[in-house]
Amino acid sequence: MSSATAISTFPAEQRVSYTGAFVSLMLRDFRVLRREIGPFVTRIIMQPLLFLFVFTFLLPRIGQANDVGGANFATILLPGLMAVAIMFCGIASVALPLSQEFGITREIDDRVMCPLPVWAVAAEKVCFSGLQSILSALLVLPLAIYVPATPVYFQITSWAMFIITLILSSLLAGALGLAIGSNVKPQQIGLVFSIVVVPITFLGCVYYPWEVLSHLRWLQMAVLINPIVYMSEGLRAALTPGVPHMPDVAIILAMLASLAILWAIGIRGFLRNVIS
Amino acid sequence: MIVDITGLTKIYRDKHQSVTAVDGIDLAVEPGELFGLLGPNGAGKTTTIGVCTTRTLPTSGRVHIAGVDVVAQPAKARRNIGVVPQYNTLDRSLTIFENLYFHCKYFGFSGAEARDRSNSLLKQFHLLERAKSFPSQLSGGLQQRIQIARAIAHRPKVLFLDEPSAGLDPQSRIAMWEAVRELRAEGITVVLTTHYMEEADALCERVAIIDRGKVLALDSPEKLKTTLGANTRIELALRSEDSASPLAEKLRALPQIRSVEPISGGLRLLAREIEGLLPQLMEATHNHGVRDISINEPSLETVFIELTGRDLRE
Repeated sequence: MSSATAISTFPAEQRVSYTGAFVSLMLRDFRVLRREIGPFVTRIIMQPLLFLFVFTFLLPRIGQANDVGGANFATILLPGLMAVAIMFCGIASVALPLSQEFGITREIDDRVMCPLPVWAVAAEKVCFSGLQSILSALLVLPLAIYVPATPVYFQITSWAMFIITLILSSLLAGALGLAIGSNVKPQQIGLVFSIVVVPITFLGCVYYPWEVLSHLRWLQMAVLINPIVYMSEGLRAALTPGVPHMPDVAIILAMLASLAILWAIGIRGFLRNVIS
Repeated sequence: MIVDITGLTKIYRDKHQSVTAVDGIDLAVEPGELFGLLGPNGAGKTTTIGVCTTRTLPTSGRVHIAGVDVVAQPAKARRNIGVVPQYNTLDRSLTIFENLYFHCKYFGFSGAEARDRSNSLLKQFHLLERAKSFPSQLSGGLQQRIQIARAIAHRPKVLFLDEPSAGLDPQSRIAMWEAVRELRAEGITVVLTTHYMEEADALCERVAIIDRGKVLALDSPEKLKTTLGANTRIELALRSEDSASPLAEKLRALPQIRSVEPISGGLRLLAREIEGLLPQLMEATHNHGVRDISINEPSLETVFIELTGRDLRE
């Protein structure tokens, strides 16, 4: 009795562990997400749904389908749409809330005061966003099966490649969100959409494989700094191996490098915001 | 010593300037004490608390909280620290209950322990019927009370309150004082910053008066008042400032008057003894257009003026 009382008097001291705190941060995010599950699903479904509807259902039906809207286009588009879904998830679940919390509400303070290193609080944000990203990417698959007028040909030839690219892409999106959210003031976040998010989407080999850019060699080289390229190409390699794509090893290495760079930029901004 | 600050300095540098916010502060707080840092805005109080709570890195000096170096082991130090910052940091996405519950979880409580602790805190702080509300649905005073409840939820050894009554209405302020006194009774060490001298006087057992990054005096409010502030402060409001200097001349001649200085709209006198002074004052000020006289017994405010020559609010 007495020892049990003594332990329960100081649970904070004796039972705390970094893992426990990290998991609890995750549980907190799950609780918030569960409360907003409707808006969350709507947010992640709308963009791929409309894309598929217009480009792979509507255009072929009204006879506007040329090469771009053609039969093969849905197949080319699928991995790209998954990459975009993943990236938007990272922006929506890390960049937007972080920018708000740092710039206006300061409510992240309670989590920063957790008994674990501050970088781990940022890592938790990235990991939780990664889980949402994986979910949103997987939700694109049923849409791609049912919406297009012409069948989409995808097959997972290498589960390893699929899982690796899915996880790396999702972490990469979270790290991109961290880099944006902890370095951009809330008033400027709209501008970031115009000068970062939209360009990296349109130049992210989402609507065309990287190889066809060889017609514009300078562009083909320039887009290599864009992490979305590797996300699209990686998923292309894993899901639609019939469509030309970069070599697997190059994709994975480039993703790891992008992840390292974005994490470094993100964590620097994060620490600057919470420690003076 | 539960809070041990030695030679603490913090200099903020950027391209254009360097600002010394804390300039060599030494402080030691005993376990169970209710300790106040009193000073005007910009004195370095918040920076000092920032270092103690692992949120600000010192330029030099050391801070130990319950024996843990806050710079070397911030994550470990945070287990012993509860913080109520100046701004509202309640988690807006969670209910009041969840704010407490998840805070406990972050600090390693099991689900059942966290639930019990949250419920008992809600009861202790008279918030039970608000358990399912979200922070934005509550008044500022209530939100502040929840912040205090949350700060002590993991049973920290030291609670830091940074300007706890800033932005509170007088009634909420009294309620907050009561909550802090109750914590004191539980044995938690409390360190608070304030620029309200009444707050320091009413709450704190010891007060460090801080100005421009330095500790000017440190003692119990009573001792500070008797040793440093044994002056009654009298302020004369004048109809016209023209009469200020001839009147000042006249007043300086009175034996009990220690000093006379012009302030905007009148004069400020410091007197050793108020006994028998008033009739003389009346006589001296006759025909000098005195509009109002206010008399302030020795207070931490007069102590501050004595130490710095300035008002706390200036």
